[in-house]
Amino acid sequence: MTKQIHLAAHFPGVNNTTVWSDPRSGSHIEFGSFAHLARTAERAKFDFLFLAEGLRLREQNGQIYDLDVVGRPDTFTVLAALAAVTSRLGLAGTINSTFNEPYEVARQFATLDHLSGGRAAWNVVTSWDAFTGENFRRGGFLPQEARYERARTFLKTTWELFDSWRGEEILADKESGAFLGEPSAARAGRFEHSDAHFDIAGRFSVPRSPQGRPVIFQAGDSEEGREFAASSADAIFSRHGTLDEGRAFYADVKGRLARYGRLPSQLLILPAATFVLGDTDAEAAELARLVRRQQVSGQTAIAFLEQLWNRDLSGYDPDGPLPDIDPDPGEHTVAQGRASVRMYTDPLAVAARWRARAEAEKLSIRELIIEVTGRQTFVGAPATVAAQINDLVQADASDGFILVPHITPGGLDEFAEEVVPLLQERGVFRTDYQGSTLRDHLGLDPLPAP
Amino acid sequence: MDVVAEAERGLLDFVTIEDGFGLQSDRADRVAGRLDSVLIAARVAPVTQHIGLVPTVVVTHTEPFHASKAIATLDYVSGGRAGVRVRASPSPAEAALFGRRVFAAAGRGELPPSLIAEAADYVEVIRRLWDSWEDDAEIRDAATGRFIDRARLHYIDFAGPYFSVRGPSITPRPPQGQPVVSALGHGGLPYRLIATAADVGYVTPRDAGHARAIVAEIRAAAEGAGRDPQTVRLFGDLAVFLGGSAVAAAARKARLDERAGSTYTSDATVFTGTPERLADLLAEWHRAGLSGFRLRPGVIPDDLEAITRALVPELQRRGLFRTSCPPGTLRARLGLPRPASRYAAVEGSRT
Repeated sequence: MTKQIHLAAHFPGVNNTTVWSDPRSGSHIEFGSFAHLARTAERAKFDFLFLAEGLRLREQNGQIYDLDVVGRPDTFTVLAALAAVTSRLGLAGTINSTFNEPYEVARQFATLDHLSGGRAAWNVVTSWDAFTGENFRRGGFLPQEARYERARTFLKTTWELFDSWRGEEILADKESGAFLGEPSAARAGRFEHSDAHFDIAGRFSVPRSPQGRPVIFQAGDSEEGREFAASSADAIFSRHGTLDEGRAFYADVKGRLARYGRLPSQLLILPAATFVLGDTDAEAAELARLVRRQQVSGQTAIAFLEQLWNRDLSGYDPDGPLPDIDPDPGEHTVAQGRASVRMYTDPLAVAARWRARAEAEKLSIRELIIEVTGRQTFVGAPATVAAQINDLVQADASDGFILVPHITPGGLDEFAEEVVPLLQERGVFRTDYQGSTLRDHLGLDPLPAP
Repeated sequence: MDVVAEAERGLLDFVTIEDGFGLQSDRADRVAGRLDSVLIAARVAPVTQHIGLVPTVVVTHTEPFHASKAIATLDYVSGGRAGVRVRASPSPAEAALFGRRVFAAAGRGELPPSLIAEAADYVEVIRRLWDSWEDDAEIRDAATGRFIDRARLHYIDFAGPYFSVRGPSITPRPPQGQPVVSALGHGGLPYRLIATAADVGYVTPRDAGHARAIVAEIRAAAEGAGRDPQTVRLFGDLAVFLGGSAVAAAARKARLDERAGSTYTSDATVFTGTPERLADLLAEWHRAGLSGFRLRPGVIPDDLEAITRALVPELQRRGLFRTSCPPGTLRARLGLPRPASRYAAVEGSRT
């Protein structure tokens, strides 16, 4: 059976993916940039637009990291404004479960779902670090091992709030003067929840929203993250965009669903993906090399190396060989506020691999970093990229992709104009929206009334 | 959206959006349920051009870091039209929705001093965070590879009994520099909060003499705190029920009261009458020192339309209200300058 592809647009975040020095590169803060990307995505019939979040500016060697885009707006506020300039596009926001409270987050997502006519999605992320906690009332209160437990119960609690209205309570009958029917007047929104993390009770103030609750995304890659997704998420924002890694991840996560009484179609796997297009494959390949050199300057290469080495390497020449000294395997102190450093579980082994490769291929620090980090997922002429995307989806490496352009805000325009029509011709991507809610776009059944 | 569009057609300065966490009422005949006011303001921003948007933030149960970036972002999406009304909540029922603090039931209208002190700290933090990026911090210097000049970003290092916040904000300095901060007060400590921390204060005079006394009290408090008293704008709150004649307005109000089963009461003076008589009253209170008025329509949309379509033309005839809306920020509309970042003076140093 031919699978339908799901596509989404990721507003570029604060990584070195974004080539901010390009003359076409616009503001990362002005609303016009967000509106541009959202309108392009909606014109191309994408499923949704995705926003990441970071609650403290990154630091390296004790100073605010200044080589990448710095600064972003508030997620909820931008998404609510985007609801005004789009009508079908899903609006997905990353919101932390550690530095928020369930009642407020539930209220914000229910509001967004109302204001957008059923287009809200929540990417549930966790963090525990005291570094981020310094911006919040409770500081770094949560031990690392408790973060998923809190996230699970946080999510479950918001569901109780979303379900505290059934959706039929409001009469607003001008004749009788009744706003709520009986017995809703005394019951609607009533909830009581008590566990180790939350002890709350009262009445939830937002009536049931069009989707019932936002679509739930999960982005963690750990064992706990995968299990959390299998139990509770509608979609996973994954890192595994290649054929082999993607298929392994896809099979693993979809295989966990049965334990929770869920079907494979009820959890979509959507890896992040970058792309470079050209008139020909050769031209695209050349362009991709150029973009990689722009993304990895000499300073950026040293910064990447420091993140693995966990040492100040500012004295090294990015055009010279890798350091002879080994990474500091102790607690990570060089880079703060960056989730990626946690992926290096065995820095000594990775460093050994990188050194071996640099020696074998005679690569400088910068050349090596260009090779081992952030290669574009799709490179080629539009027909090549369309085929690559379709092949991966049909091979069960994913259900689609969340595309991250390297130019803000126009970096998706060419993809929308050149690649999407080819996918539509193949019959693997919608030519128009069939429903109005994000659940409709994702092929998820409407939630039953509680 | 219709309501805000109507207010914008009437050339009003700004619209405030009420908010609170709890459900408003247990009664079947009252409206129950409301959406987050910051997000309503953001949803309305792209479809309006001139009107200021002032949602409510309950400071007692929320994070100043989140609120600061939310209002900064509202300022971006509205092109410099954002404000915020800060509100403390002593309600035990609202506290139970969060389960983090337990409040004893207080008497009506009583606000514990600690909640006002927390509100003052909250405003200090959101203001410092708005200033934590200097205006020209984003440099995009391709030669050195630096996107920002980190010497122009500042830790705010606020430490207090209710929260400590390190900063800087994740959101660059908003278009107005400092979005408009407002608060409602009926006396005492809330007046002090307005005098020291707010750009706009909503007050509830009973008559012109009372208005004069309130203005004097708040201006004196501002001066006592070392602030130029002319930089605080005081708006008189009035609940209004309008009609084509005094008799018609009174009859309409009586019908509404009968329908509700009780006489409408408010913390603000309730005005029932014609737009002309209301214009007289506003002119008189304006002479008593109030900068403007926050009119609470008794019925939406009826009384709002009476304001925009009858009261506004009446005030315009008297030369007391603008006849067109030049583009500009909410601060500019209120005659407030755009302040430099408080950290900008510390040239070159990284705090």
